[in-house]
Amino acid sequence: MPEKFDVIVVGAGPAGTACAYTCAKGGMNVLLIERGEYPGAKNVMGGVLYRKQMEELIPEFWKEAPLERPVVEQRFWMMDKESVVSFGYKGLEWAVEPYNNFTVLRAQFDQWFAKKAVEAGALLINETVVTECIVENGKVVGVRTDRPDGEVFADVVVLADGVNSLLSKQLGFHKEFRPDEVALTVMEVINLPKDKINDRFNLQDNQGCTIEIFGDSTKGNLGTAFLYTNKESLNIGVGTTLSSMIKAKLKPYDLLDYLKTHPMVKPFLEGGESAEYLAHLIPEGGFHSVPKVAGNGVLVVGDAAQLVNAIHREGSNMAMHSGQLAAETVIEAKNRGDYSESSLNGYREALYNSFIIKDLEKYKDAAHTFEKYPQYFKEYVPMMNQAASKFFTVDGTPKRDKQKQIIKSMTAERGTLRVLQDIYRAWKAVK
Amino acid sequence: MHIVVCVKQVPDTKIIKINPKTNTLDRRSAPAILNPYDAHAVQEAVKIKKKTGGTVSVLSMGPPQATAVIKKSIEIGADQGFLITDRAFAGADTLATSYALSKALERISKEEPVDMVICGKHAIDGDTGQVGPGIARRLDVPPVTNVIEVTEVNEQEKTVVIKRKLTNGYELIQSQMPCLLTVEKEINDIEYSPMPNMIKAARYDPIIWAVSDLEDVDRSQLGLKGSPTIVGKMFTPPRPEGGKKLEGSADEQVNQLIEILLEKKDLFTLQSSK
Repeated sequence: MPEKFDVIVVGAGPAGTACAYTCAKGGMNVLLIERGEYPGAKNVMGGVLYRKQMEELIPEFWKEAPLERPVVEQRFWMMDKESVVSFGYKGLEWAVEPYNNFTVLRAQFDQWFAKKAVEAGALLINETVVTECIVENGKVVGVRTDRPDGEVFADVVVLADGVNSLLSKQLGFHKEFRPDEVALTVMEVINLPKDKINDRFNLQDNQGCTIEIFGDSTKGNLGTAFLYTNKESLNIGVGTTLSSMIKAKLKPYDLLDYLKTHPMVKPFLEGGESAEYLAHLIPEGGFHSVPKVAGNGVLVVGDAAQLVNAIHREGSNMAMHSGQLAAETVIEAKNRGDYSESSLNGYREALYNSFIIKDLEKYKDAAHTFEKYPQYFKEYVPMMNQAASKFFTVDGTPKRDKQKQIIKSMTAERGTLRVLQDIYRAWKAVK
Repeated sequence: MHIVVCVKQVPDTKIIKINPKTNTLDRRSAPAILNPYDAHAVQEAVKIKKKTGGTVSVLSMGPPQATAVIKKSIEIGADQGFLITDRAFAGADTLATSYALSKALERISKEEPVDMVICGKHAIDGDTGQVGPGIARRLDVPPVTNVIEVTEVNEQEKTVVIKRKLTNGYELIQSQMPCLLTVEKEINDIEYSPMPNMIKAARYDPIIWAVSDLEDVDRSQLGLKGSPTIVGKMFTPPRPEGGKKLEGSADEQVNQLIEILLEKKDLFTLQSSK
């Protein structure tokens, strides 16, 4: 006789683990199923973990979690072929508790996080693929795995199966995502001695820096690159929407090579040894792509629910928070003894009232705008670089004349009206 | 039928790095896994149990985190697992290890007499293959090494028929039980564990014993104290130098090759004349 649990969570990433952890803490009988050899084996992100949502789950987690460096400086680069306009903030208030955010290596962090869920009482099973939900009378009652005697039952199944979420697709919650709804990101972990990292990024031990790079990092396509500091390694990666890659006939690994050999980037990596190469899809469709997230006996969390804010590079924090909200709903549903869609819809309401959907709604047209009007990445970034170069080059021209020349050259290229249109459109997309 | 399988947690030597200064394994560079030969040993025990019924136990010695390989064995189908862990065991060579394991086996057999002990051929981190026979000697049971098939188990007669791999052929032997087998990888394919085993393993807490839980232990034979092995030197074998590459047209290359072969013909004639 197959076993029955209170909850089955599919996928031990930030969303699934947060959900399993909260359910287990709430006294529920939880089974957490992971397809990788261990949690984190298959998980990829650029590497920034935000404090707030993690702290809500495990207070003062930074005292024991395997973190790399607390981030004290965030830089933004508008990069052209041989130049960069940079902007950033460094604050030592971020170098002390409770910190702001951290760089992490997911293979280690996810294992630790899953261990916390197991300590809280969740049962973790690795190397097991859930092939489908078992549906009886229109209600999800369990999952079927690829193992012999592979059926397991539960009152409610939480799908945290990641960006493609084949399981919620089988349930008809979403269609196959379009190439402009997902980004393909490739990254490398490059080993570099601690002293070199500290010198090159102007850091002390236990201080980290993140650089987001726009413009030539994606050859002007919609996307970004990043360079983050770990303790003794760097994470460097680049991603664009799949549709941009197809349109520009870009190969992701070529793009990463281009970035690594870019004259603005190369000196940071000099002498480093490539340790890992990773690639992953990121759900970037935003607000319009969020599928149905609650059904009879089933909830969808994290990447599976497309909860990523591409503009602010937030995802794992949204995943964790959605997992926590789902768990709270499941605990309430258990108290009511009602796992129907209308009962579980409390999760949907909580999600839509939280920062997660509010933020996605704020930027609901951003990706679409930047995809449709490529000039922002293709033309404005080089223009900014030229303007900065002109402005800061001392050649005897009076500064007022320089300003005029700069404005004139900008409007000459695109026309005054179109520049104003572009500014208005961008403001509208992110306001 | 009670089968005990001895298992070891080892670093995955497929991906481990070697510290170039000390020539020792950098254990942090690779995840700890169940020694692959031992996984086949557990699988074989489970296969035998399917025919005969009974109990499959696993036994390991190691640090507390070695419970992971016991849980892995439960996934494969073992019923229970014992870990002996104690500071007194630390630094053991194969002599001290087989002594400690044989003491644990004595305790296990008090609870349920052991009919068969199965070990992997060797551990992939040490490659000695000495612990299995060492245990057999101490328990005074026949050691049967290089096993590739357990052909027949006769519980009434307490005998077992076994196929062994030799350098140039096979050997079919009959042994009394209890006996100790060390198995090769080709003895079986590891099956994909059924879901109920996975759930059982996730829940399972191995039985943990310290030295004080074992009886009649001579502490001077444990750990570093009981280990006469001294590692004199460790080195990475030098890389072979690149050979000669033949170039030119196919005919030219063949001619060159024939010349070389003729030049070195002594090498071949020597061997064939022996």
